Amino acid sequence: MHELSLAIEIVEIAQAEARRHGNGRLLAVHLRLGPLAGVVEEALAAAFPLAAQGTEVEGAELVIERVPLVVYCPSCRAERELGAEVWLVCPVCQTPTPEVRQGRELEVTALELER
Amino acid sequence: MNREPRLVHVRQNVLKQNDIVARALREEFRRAGVFVVSLVSSPGSGKTTLLEKTLAALQRSRRVAALVGDLATENDANRLARTGARVKQIVTGTVCHLDAMMVRRALEGWELAGPDFLFIENVGNLVCPAAYDLGEELRAVLLSVTEGEDKPLKYPPIFHGADLVVITKLDLAEAAGFDREAARRNIEAVAPGVPVLEVSARTGAGMDAWLQILHDRAIAAHR
Repeated sequence: MHELSLAIEIVEIAQAEARRHGNGRLLAVHLRLGPLAGVVEEALAAAFPLAAQGTEVEGAELVIERVPLVVYCPSCRAERELGAEVWLVCPVCQTPTPEVRQGRELEVTALELER
Repeated sequence: MNREPRLVHVRQNVLKQNDIVARALREEFRRAGVFVVSLVSSPGSGKTTLLEKTLAALQRSRRVAALVGDLATENDANRLARTGARVKQIVTGTVCHLDAMMVRRALEGWELAGPDFLFIENVGNLVCPAAYDLGEELRAVLLSVTEGEDKPLKYPPIFHGADLVVITKLDLAEAAGFDREAARRNIEAVAPGVPVLEVSARTGAGMDAWLQILHDRAIAAHR
C-alpha cells in the first residue's frame, strides 16, 4: 500500500504546477498509469481525496489514463502492444520481448483549472 | 463568459524526487567503490537467511555492510550483526517499502568508502518496492520454492525489475512439490533473459554461484 505516499506526491506536484499557472481553482488532475508501474489503481483513487484534504487540490478529480504495455519485438523489428496479461512475448511471432517501450508510466500529464 | 476549464499540460513523473535521490546515491556509491545489492521478496522468502550466510561468507575476504528495512522490529538487524558486518536497521513504521530518501538518511554519517559491498534488504513485499529505485547496482528478487510457481505472473512489475532472480529454500523443493520448469517459464515470461539462480542458504547449495555472481558483477561495475 504505497499508494497513499504516491497520492501525496501527486497532490504536491498538482499544487506546485497549479500555482505556476495562475490561481484558478483546480478541477482535475490527469495521470498516466502503466501496468508495470506497480500501482493499484483503485487504491490510488481511494487515497487521492485523503491526500488532497486541506490542500488547494481538495475537491479535484483524479483522472487516470491507463496506457497499455508496448514492447519492441527484435524479430519483427516492430513495436507490439500487449494485452492485459504481462507476458512479454511478441503476440505475432512469440519471440521474448524484454525491451519495454511503454508501461512504466506514473506521471501527472495535465491539470484542469477553472477559468 | 467561458466556463470551459483550462487544460494545462504538465508531464511530471510522480516519483521524480525518489529518482533524483536514487541517481545521486548511485553516483556516490560508484565513486566510493561500493557495490550495492538490494534484496526484494515477499515476507518469509528467506531474505534475511540468505543475507546472513552471504555476509558471513564475504566477510572473510571483503568488507561488507547491510541496511535492513523492517516495519517494526530490529530482530533481523541483530541477527545479521552477529556475522560481524556493519548493519543498520531502517524501521519504516507503517511504510511498506524503502525509498531512496530513507536509504540516504540511513547512510548519514557512514563513511561510504568503507565497505566493498552494501546490501539493502527491503521490506517483505512484492508490490510496493517495485516502484522505488534505491540507487542499487543489482536488484535481486527472491522467490522461495514454498510460495508457488505463479508468483511472477501475479506480481509482474517486481520480477520485471529484477537484475537477478534467486529461487530460495531449494532444500524444501521436493517437499513443496516445486515445479522448477513452471517457475522458470513464468519468470522468463515477465522478465525475458533475466538470470535465475537456485540456492539453499541452509544447506549451502548454490551459494558458490551466488557469491561468484556478486564478485563478478562488483568487479565489472568498478572497471
